[in-house]
Amino acid sequence: MVHIATVVPIALTVGANRIVPAIGIPYPLGNPNLEPIAEKKLRRSIVERALNALETEIEDQTVFE
Amino acid sequence: MKKFRVVHYINNFFAGIGGEEKADIPPEMRVGAHGPGLALQQAFGEEAEVVATVICGDSYYGENMESAEEELLEMIKEQSPDLFIAGPAFNAGRYGVACGAIAKAVQESLDIPVVSGMYEENPGVDMFKKEFHIIKTGNSAADMRHSMPKLATLGMKLLKGDLIGSPSEEQYHTRGIRINYFNDKRGSLRAVEMLLKKVKGQTYETEYPMPDFGQVAPNPAIKDFTQVKVAIVTSGGVVPTDNPDRIESSSATKYGIYDISAYEAMPSDVFTTIHGGYDRTYALEDINRVVPLDVMRELEKEGRIGSLEKYFVTTTGTGTSVGNARRFGQEFSQKLMEDGVGAVILTST
Amino acid sequence: MRLELGKINIKDVVLGSEMKVSSGVLTVDVNQLEALVLEDDRIQKVTIELAKPGDSIRITPVKDVIEPRVKVNGSGTIFPGVIDNKVAQVGDGRTHVLSGTSVITVGKIMGFQEGIVDMSGIGADYTPFSKTLNICVVLEPVEGIEPHAYETAAREAGLKVANAIGEAGKTVVPDTIEVFEHLGLVGQAMAYPELPKIGYVCMLQSQGLLHDTYVYGVDAKNIIPTIMAPTEFMDGAVISGNCVASCDKIPTYLHQNDPIIEDLLAKHGKELNFMGVIITNENVFLADKERSSDGVAKLAKMMNLDGVLISEEGYGNPDTDLMMNCKKVERNGIKTVLITDEFPGRDGKSESLADAVKEADALVSCGQGNLVITMPPMDKVIGTLEDIETMIGGYDGSMKEDGSIEAEIQIIISATSAFGCNKLSARMY
Repeated sequence: MVHIATVVPIALTVGANRIVPAIGIPYPLGNPNLEPIAEKKLRRSIVERALNALETEIEDQTVFE
Repeated sequence: MKKFRVVHYINNFFAGIGGEEKADIPPEMRVGAHGPGLALQQAFGEEAEVVATVICGDSYYGENMESAEEELLEMIKEQSPDLFIAGPAFNAGRYGVACGAIAKAVQESLDIPVVSGMYEENPGVDMFKKEFHIIKTGNSAADMRHSMPKLATLGMKLLKGDLIGSPSEEQYHTRGIRINYFNDKRGSLRAVEMLLKKVKGQTYETEYPMPDFGQVAPNPAIKDFTQVKVAIVTSGGVVPTDNPDRIESSSATKYGIYDISAYEAMPSDVFTTIHGGYDRTYALEDINRVVPLDVMRELEKEGRIGSLEKYFVTTTGTGTSVGNARRFGQEFSQKLMEDGVGAVILTST
Repeated sequence: MRLELGKINIKDVVLGSEMKVSSGVLTVDVNQLEALVLEDDRIQKVTIELAKPGDSIRITPVKDVIEPRVKVNGSGTIFPGVIDNKVAQVGDGRTHVLSGTSVITVGKIMGFQEGIVDMSGIGADYTPFSKTLNICVVLEPVEGIEPHAYETAAREAGLKVANAIGEAGKTVVPDTIEVFEHLGLVGQAMAYPELPKIGYVCMLQSQGLLHDTYVYGVDAKNIIPTIMAPTEFMDGAVISGNCVASCDKIPTYLHQNDPIIEDLLAKHGKELNFMGVIITNENVFLADKERSSDGVAKLAKMMNLDGVLISEEGYGNPDTDLMMNCKKVERNGIKTVLITDEFPGRDGKSESLADAVKEADALVSCGQGNLVITMPPMDKVIGTLEDIETMIGGYDGSMKEDGSIEAEIQIIISATSAFGCNKLSARMY
């Protein structure tokens, strides 16, 4: 499991092991200030980072920035 | 005046059957009070009668938890008890866990009050303190004289529906349950007074000690994603527009599982979000900002991942209790595993 | 800054055709108020109704609660920066309060984020507003209005009505007058060198769409932490623009009557030196949370504080702001006490907060908001009961056939507000 969340401290406190910081609480995988194409690219980069996190061996809670 | 019926659970040792060599005896029932049950009966006086004692060997219970529980429950049910007392187990670990397990089962299936007693280091305390009251005892049977009356007293209070006092008043282990009450002073005044004590280096007591959520060991890394089915789970409250399962907008008591197999991206006319804790405007414009289906489909087509599960799992994060969230997680992760899902992407708002 | 706060004790309110206070009775001019509200094109209909303590009345959906006050002299007007574009410095001079009354705006804006005020029965025990004489402004917006616009219109309507009513107190002789003076940071330090220097960190809800607070008209999302004098709050410098979960809500009334400010001022100059208020926000970006908490810790240090009280509005991700503020202030060598409410689930067995730091060793609890109670039916409803089951705290089956409501106390306005205005608390069993 990988947790994509904005409030990384909460993800850490509740014990998520693989954490990917999101953009903002109302739009974790988006940014309304960007043009749609740029926004989708941003979303893709976050999801790819999440997949990479799942492919990474870890010992402790890790934030993949 | 009606005499309440009590059933008492003890182990091989306290039943006088034998020590460690008899820890493997199966469940049995004896009429009336036995062993420490006599002290229990004395403590009850005329108000209640220990009508039966059920006994099980500590090792037997530990090795046959399900069947032992079933057998004991049958025996206990037959007695139509009003109250169930288990132990006290003092510091005996297996005995404490058995007391806890059988008391919990009795409470659930017979819906009657249950009480036990254990020493603070008995593993049964942490395991069961939230399920029912466990009286604080000393660490050995030498404490029986002092502890047994407390089990009886608390048991009678629970039976009569009396208000149960604080852990220190009634002498049970703190259960970790938060209960409201009205203080004499308003919160702001209590805060000012607490701060003055803290600043002056005086002792103060916090009204809520910080929780420890616990850790889980990290799973091993995925070696070959092309072989893996991925599922999306969200706490962003994304549901079909009619919210068919009526998931709450805060303090969710349910989660939902919804089909996305027909879509290349999350459609805003089929799904919505009902989460009450964030500004939904942006999610409503484009739900992929919370459930990134569009991107997941691309990655699926490109072969970056084996496949995407045909449904996603959702609930509302805000205000939802950890207890409920834990239960949801336990349930739906079973299903995900049964459906062959190898990885989950969890998104939160 | 020196403010004389004159309280006019109102014993009763009646609807009438003039705005006046006489012998403790407030008469409100219904036509004047209705015309005032309808000046805003976004509102199509308004009715003014009264609800008094002990009445068998349920008010829902409640948007905000506001106290009528008026500037008698000193610069500015009540609610600077939000009415008629007038903004000036407030907190000085003399202000009169129609004490014991409030204006309640009623209207379905977001549906699930408004709440209930019961004037009698068990529900009344949980809200401070069952004890005030309430002038309810029931709003109906034009068809098809967008939530942002409706919220703004409702917010402005409430403040305008409160101001218009407040005017009736301008020339009345108050029953009590309290004087509050801030001597400046250095002045105060010199005036009470022996007393511990205490500050109050007031966290303002600023999560966007209907979770906003305004400071002199500025959206709190856009502020960086700053220092304010307690008397600025008394003149309405901070107002609520938000529909956060009802139990947690800090309505404008509580910003005007901040119990933490009141209790600190009561001990000021005797047991402590109340140096001032640090306001900060609760934004939805991690970088903002870091920036704001850094700012709070810095200001507390620059003010040479010995201790701070920190309050929070809301739950969930703002728990992180609360913990960051606590941790950073403590690491600056300043002691903290946090005030918050709890959400441990209906059975009370779950964790109460979403975040935790070990420095948070002194916390005052305003109660747990998941407790389920059943509120009896009321003879009259001001507003509508349509949305009870989708309101936060409500659920399928909350609305009973006989008119009673079974719901979490989350649904009751300010039941657990973390300003600590109530005596409700929670303890460990």
